[in-house]
Amino acid sequence: MKADPKGVLTGEHYLDGDHACTEGALAAGCRFFAGYPITPSTEVAERFSARIPHVGGIFIQMEDELGSMAAVVGASWGGKKSMTVTSGPGFSLMMENIGLAAMMETPCVIVNVQRGGPSTGLPTMVGQSDMMQARWGSHGDYEIIAISPASPQEAFDYSIKCFNLAEKYRVPVMFMMDECVGHMTEKVVIPNPDQIDVEPRRLTKKSPKDYLPYEPNEDLVPDMIVAGDGYRIHSTGLTHDERGYPAMKPEVQEKLVHRLVDKISKNADKIIELEEDQTDDADVIVMAYGITSRVTMPAIFKARKKGIKVGFIKMITVWPFPEKRVRELAKKVKAFVMPEINLGQVALELERVVSGKAGVHHIPHAGGWVHDPEDIYKVIVEAAK
Amino acid sequence: MKKNAGNVPEHPMENLLRMDRIPHIWCSTCGIGTAVSCFIQALQNFDYPLDKIAVVSGIGCSGRIAGYIKLDSFHTTHGRAIPFATGLKLANPELKVIVFSGDGDLVSIGGNHLIHAARRNMDITVFCVNNFIYAMTGGQCAPTTPTDANSSTSPYGNFDHPFNIPLLVGSCGATYVARWTALHIRRLTRSMQEALEKPGFSFVEIIAPCSTLYARRNRLGTGLDLMKFYHDNSVIQHGAPLESLDIQFQKKIIVGKFIDKKRPTFLEAWDQYLGKKLGDKFISAEKGIRAA
Repeated sequence: MKADPKGVLTGEHYLDGDHACTEGALAAGCRFFAGYPITPSTEVAERFSARIPHVGGIFIQMEDELGSMAAVVGASWGGKKSMTVTSGPGFSLMMENIGLAAMMETPCVIVNVQRGGPSTGLPTMVGQSDMMQARWGSHGDYEIIAISPASPQEAFDYSIKCFNLAEKYRVPVMFMMDECVGHMTEKVVIPNPDQIDVEPRRLTKKSPKDYLPYEPNEDLVPDMIVAGDGYRIHSTGLTHDERGYPAMKPEVQEKLVHRLVDKISKNADKIIELEEDQTDDADVIVMAYGITSRVTMPAIFKARKKGIKVGFIKMITVWPFPEKRVRELAKKVKAFVMPEINLGQVALELERVVSGKAGVHHIPHAGGWVHDPEDIYKVIVEAAK
Repeated sequence: MKKNAGNVPEHPMENLLRMDRIPHIWCSTCGIGTAVSCFIQALQNFDYPLDKIAVVSGIGCSGRIAGYIKLDSFHTTHGRAIPFATGLKLANPELKVIVFSGDGDLVSIGGNHLIHAARRNMDITVFCVNNFIYAMTGGQCAPTTPTDANSSTSPYGNFDHPFNIPLLVGSCGATYVARWTALHIRRLTRSMQEALEKPGFSFVEIIAPCSTLYARRNRLGTGLDLMKFYHDNSVIQHGAPLESLDIQFQKKIIVGKFIDKKRPTFLEAWDQYLGKKLGDKFISAEKGIRAA
């Protein structure tokens, strides 16, 4: 399916990441936004509130983030592609209904323009320390998809990707931006609507009589309905069977929770997107995401100039983690290096996957500013020894 | 008479109940069953296509109501039925969206959403079963528990002050506010229908017996005894001042219809205000594309 032209602002623009993210959402067909203002994400909401009356849809500023996330889940069942945007403290409040979205298998997108934490932390300054919360912040076992952009252009492009993956896998997708990308202004090219692929909702073709709301297809994802289309379904946050009915039984729980996890992990190859550069004969591979992937570049250029064989993986998808690719590379390289603006949230996952087959050098940063490329360079040199 | 598979005459409410989920989980003499019967009767009287009606519940005994109604129905998180319903309604304005939940869910953990939905005049109908207690979790004190009443977390009696729910929602701008007990089945049914027909934020409080926890802990007898109490102590007083509607332990309960007024709903205001400001550049919410 191609994009609805009403939502696509075709042309060359000079936008910050937050504004570009909104344009991506509108191009993807998002027509419902519920949110609560929070720095440094508010510009996404502001632009949506200005644009949506010209496109057809709803912007509602809710009373808090608990209500925002609940409204997003409700709106998705009402048949609109739906999103919210927030930052650290608001993200914490959204966890309750992110769990509901995961359990009800509700397509939706949650944008988190990350700042420094914990608690109120550094409201106006960069962080990447919500990565593990994005993955497992709500209670119980489930998997989500998380994507990080590194520029305003990517904020536009991958915002569309988030909506497409949310529809395809019926899962909440976390768009893990950061304050730097959110507030940096660059050229953003928005293509024609007929050049933008959007994933439609996977609506069932079955009649109401034959339809079971939680009967999975081969890809482990069930087909959906829109409330009001005559299916009269029930959906609940309780453990439920294929009819959607509550079933307080360990065997139903076993089947459901495994499927919620497997529908992401077993489709990981189709979901994961990485940009690799000179990884084939590398001794050292640097992996990074978001703003940190850009800060890493000078370090890599310098190391290559000094003759170190250093490869680079820019992670577009952070969750699910690219386990398969990392395991392949771990057999060949001396070490991995991962800078991130937290104290090791994704790096520890890297270490788990590498599992002692190569070295893993983490470069932590507590937030408030980006890494000094020189610090990354020094670790590359160390790792290459 | 229509008959079901077992050749037994079909119950007149079967078309709106998920019969494959019966028996339900509610205790004998619980007031929720009566509230549901009145609701189904009101739905049958309500001239609206049933496929376009959705029911949303939160968590608790009353939170289970959505699961038994054979309409599009959603059993959401604790306190969030109203914001979920808000999203559902705004995304699909042709739906009639009903929130059916309990006092703890709507007034305590969901209190912020309740007052804001009333303020916005969100076009939803809220039915609130008030049994004065957190029943699903075993009878804890609620913000609706009358002063002096005993609960498992106010074992010496409740020193605190309960909400006057009609005053709360009425002062925030609800367009329809009524209160009945589970005894007033004809009046409750009619009131529910009126609330369904009312544009904007309509609200009906249903005082209901919890015999297992509230009545037992307070030595008030059985569910039937509570119904007798409602019979002897309910005072119908339409249009009563909202400030007079406090509920005191084992004192008279004022019931009736207190507010029935008109003001623009959220969606009407959205369309009218933005339409005026933006002129022919404005595209109404209803014209926004569906996800597929």
